[in-house]
Amino acid sequence: MNPEERKITTPASRVRGLGSARSGTQHFWMQRVTAVANIPLSIAFIAIVAIVLGRNHAAVVQILGSPLVAILLLLFVLNATYHMWLGMQVIIEDYVHEHIRKLTCLMTNTFFCAATAFTSVYAILKLSFGV
Amino acid sequence: MTGSPLPRPRPLSPHLQIWRPTLTMTMSIVHRITGTGLYLGSLLIAWWLIAASSGPNAYATVEAFYGSIIGKLVLFGYTWALIHHMLGGIRHLFWDLGYGFGKLEREWLARATVFGSITLTILLWAVGMLVVAPR
Repeated sequence: MNPEERKITTPASRVRGLGSARSGTQHFWMQRVTAVANIPLSIAFIAIVAIVLGRNHAAVVQILGSPLVAILLLLFVLNATYHMWLGMQVIIEDYVHEHIRKLTCLMTNTFFCAATAFTSVYAILKLSFGV
Repeated sequence: MTGSPLPRPRPLSPHLQIWRPTLTMTMSIVHRITGTGLYLGSLLIAWWLIAASSGPNAYATVEAFYGSIIGKLVLFGYTWALIHHMLGGIRHLFWDLGYGFGKLEREWLARATVFGSITLTILLWAVGMLVVAPR
């Protein structure tokens, strides 16, 4: 008997409200939460780019490292990378069906988003604290 | 019957090629394509931030690339993808709330997304090139 069959709960009660991925509507919901947050944060990002456009390096560092700009950039980068992590997962699950290939794609997606997020966060913090 | 192989392949629902392309269908595909573009485009932002934090030389390299013809084309495409994906996303949020499913409404929303994204992108770049950049 495998461990799944030994459980005394019925299969229906185990998945009730959670679905086959055991996480319910968490993925769908977080995609919407990050989508809504992305609207003001993307507009803020465009504004920040417009502010630093054409300025010399010293001025750019000073502007990007200032508290308000740095915090907006951090929120934008973290929110956007979370959103794209969720979005790319859906695309992979829709088009990649072979098991190992799917796992590889999903893992690569996580690595890519984490790497982009933390690279950007490191740069923003370095600009702020000037280490 | 459990465990026995299926006697014949299961019927398949009609694929993309069967249907006449519609605007809403194209918009759905474009939403995914722009999403993927922005996904890869996040490297442009990461590179820009890392360069700015590394020093004047690294920043000059990034500026030289983004200022070139190819760089500008890439950034123009990124801007359009960002705005299009945002407007398309707002359309999806309308749908999530239960609005905009009518025959006329969904066509209107799709047209507004295309028109809005192209207009806003050109407007942003016009402001950037004419007002902000020359300072």
